[in-house]
Amino acid sequence: MWPLIKILPIKTNFRFVAFAKAAGVVSALLCVASLAAVLFPFQPPCGGLNCGIDFRGGTILEFTTERTPGGPGQQIDLAKVRGALADKGLGDVGVQAFDEGKSVMVRFETPAGKDANAVKTDVRQTLEKTLGQLKFTNDSTVGAKVSGELFTNGILALLVAIGLMLIYIWFRFELQFGLGAVIGLFHDVLITFGLIALFDMEFSLTTIAAILTIIGYSMNDTVVVFDRLRENLRKYKKMPLKEVIDLSVNETLSRTIITGLTAILALGGLAVFGGEALFGFSVIMMFGIALGTYSSIYVAAPVILLWGVKRGTVEEEATPIKLGAASRP
Amino acid sequence: MMVLSRWKVIVVLAALLFGILFTLPNVLPASVRESLPPFLPKKTLNLGLDLQGGSYLLLEVDTAALQKEKATNLVEDVRKILRDQQISIGDVQQTATSVSVRIPDPAQRSAAQSALSRQLPQPLKNGAGTDLTVSRQGDDRIRLAFTEQGMNEQAISAVDQSIEIIRRRVDELGTKEPAITKQGANRIVVQAPGESDPEKLKEVIGQTAKLTFQMVDTSVSLQDAAAGRLPPGSELLPSLDKYQPAYVVRRRAEVSGEMLTDARQVNNPQTGASEVSIRFNSQGARRFGDITTKNVGKPFAIVLDGKVISAPNINSPITGGQGVITGSFTVESANNLAILLRAGALPAPLKVEEQRTVGAELGADAVEAGKISTIVGFVSILVFMLLAYGFLFGGISVIALLVNGLMIIAAMSATQATLTLPGIAGLILTLAVAVDANVLIYERMRDEVRAGRPLLSAMDAGFSRAMETIIDANLTTLIAAAIMFFFGAGPVRGFAWTLSIGVFTSVLTAVLVTQVLLALWYRSARPKTLPIL
Repeated sequence: MWPLIKILPIKTNFRFVAFAKAAGVVSALLCVASLAAVLFPFQPPCGGLNCGIDFRGGTILEFTTERTPGGPGQQIDLAKVRGALADKGLGDVGVQAFDEGKSVMVRFETPAGKDANAVKTDVRQTLEKTLGQLKFTNDSTVGAKVSGELFTNGILALLVAIGLMLIYIWFRFELQFGLGAVIGLFHDVLITFGLIALFDMEFSLTTIAAILTIIGYSMNDTVVVFDRLRENLRKYKKMPLKEVIDLSVNETLSRTIITGLTAILALGGLAVFGGEALFGFSVIMMFGIALGTYSSIYVAAPVILLWGVKRGTVEEEATPIKLGAASRP
Repeated sequence: MMVLSRWKVIVVLAALLFGILFTLPNVLPASVRESLPPFLPKKTLNLGLDLQGGSYLLLEVDTAALQKEKATNLVEDVRKILRDQQISIGDVQQTATSVSVRIPDPAQRSAAQSALSRQLPQPLKNGAGTDLTVSRQGDDRIRLAFTEQGMNEQAISAVDQSIEIIRRRVDELGTKEPAITKQGANRIVVQAPGESDPEKLKEVIGQTAKLTFQMVDTSVSLQDAAAGRLPPGSELLPSLDKYQPAYVVRRRAEVSGEMLTDARQVNNPQTGASEVSIRFNSQGARRFGDITTKNVGKPFAIVLDGKVISAPNINSPITGGQGVITGSFTVESANNLAILLRAGALPAPLKVEEQRTVGAELGADAVEAGKISTIVGFVSILVFMLLAYGFLFGGISVIALLVNGLMIIAAMSATQATLTLPGIAGLILTLAVAVDANVLIYERMRDEVRAGRPLLSAMDAGFSRAMETIIDANLTTLIAAAIMFFFGAGPVRGFAWTLSIGVFTSVLTAVLVTQVLLALWYRSARPKTLPIL
């Protein structure tokens, strides 16, 4: 029986705030770089992101050569696939192999003014003509109207989420805390988007879900730190704000690390064993969790320093509790 | 708080019982599940289409087309009413929402208006006014305009009717447990799990299946008609008939699909060809009898969705209320047509806006991958917690975590919430974050002991102080999940739902289960120090 927690230093005393300026500059630079990567080239609707059919409309087909039960499929020649689709006027055709080259995913847009279903049937037939009997495992088409709505709703969801968090923190703590939390959130979301752009991961509905979860996690983390900060502000009324922040971050540090680690461990299992469909999703979330942990220490808390907090108000909040206790006979 | 109150123990035991009871069906084979006594739950996890394979279709009812058709019908009604009143009419103008007609004779204008407003406007179902207003426009015209409410009511009933017809059609296909739901004002979602053929599904669902019998207009040659010299009241329709590319037919539908009571695929005993035998209701039978009696020897066209299927000659009057649709059918296409005719025509065309199909095999692979990664995730959290907090405190959080996992699966089975592939990710993340509550409590206890409190009051304070943080932290996740639920579609909703269930169960288990277990430990061991200090 050897709890690891005993090995960890009982009380850390890192001077986090001292590095806040440097961290702030790095974060700001990363945010700007991410914003640039997300926006340029300025192609609607997704800018520099690799836009999936959810938001752009179009068709995805996934297929393998006919599998004998339990037996392996054949390798598919990607050049043949590309060649077969080259002269169809489909615009930007994405061809991607997975499952050791035995499965292929084809992604294309519906040419303007054509019927998506007719185009898809045509593509299916052409592929079968070129490659022989195929098994289509996944077949999705999103119309232009729906994809537009999904995009608007997705972006709206992100903004509403951040807005609600601001209101919640404002209500539970103070406006300064809320601003700190929200700046932290924007930081996390922006840099995660930057990563998605950098690695050319597909931007789809699932990505939005991943980012909303990151928002949830990041807030969760920030709230724990803020909670302690508020408590310490009441406890140590004369301590400079910088030191109270450092103290609170240090006090919650072991929890921050343990929770972050368990989350990343669990998602790591998902990334390795979850298959193609969940790999990108879990990688984005792992990154976001690391980022959320960083931002609650280095972005959200230091932002409070910028504006300061009205500690008088806090004191008044604390007084009624004392009065209540004292007035009891 | 280390005083064990009875209700807490009862809640924990009840949660445990609920968890086991509702999770159990998921691990029992189907045969055992069927033979369970009726009072035991039998529902298993409801797997999303991405996990079990199947098709998802998002259809939009084309209400604009519906409106246009309604306006066209209105023009016919106006002409007929005014003709019956022997009122001569000038030009007629038609938009999507109104029709206006010129009455050249000033003496007839008020008679025309009163005839139209007596016969045409229908009261709305909600009783607030009529679907149509009749008014004078300028000096010499009468304007009939659809009211906003009338159009809404029309659209709503078209969507509801479409859902009913789609349901009948899909049922006839033999698809197992399809879900057909309305989404927003004019959209319909069809979810058909299992190994279904999306192309066939789409074909059967998407067709309007408006069947009419119209007389062929033999007074004009096809060439003349193609050049635009059509007699009034006739139209040129394309044909599926192998004998002729198009037909000129009278616009007026003599008999229509609504008058059918049955339709079946049959084989012609003489030629062996596939045909569709149809049976009319009494009104249809009478009309069909009249027409065929009057027009023996002439061809009549069988028109489906604006295309002529075939145009046979009427050899003898058909009075029995039974007929046969011939055409170049295969057994399958005849069968499909019979299905469509039995289910009835859609009130308006449907557009497929979104379609997603996942093969059953791929779904099974996803389930397998999901299972493995859930187990791996679970085990790594367990090991980590045991390493971090030792067998006692770590073990307590592990037990809380196991109860939590049990309760999530039970709650998802009981509410029949859909588990999707991203939902599995949500499940794993929930478990990872669920230990957060334990960590918060434990860390708080350590803090309090270090601050010099005696053990018992430190443990109490650990709970009560951590509680506020736990609620704050979990509420934020709940907000994020709620937003995903309202703005998301399909799999994202499944993810949000899993996440929200997880928030509730993890707060319940982390706080209550942990507390009860710690209290039991404290009672039996009477410790002097915290083992994780």
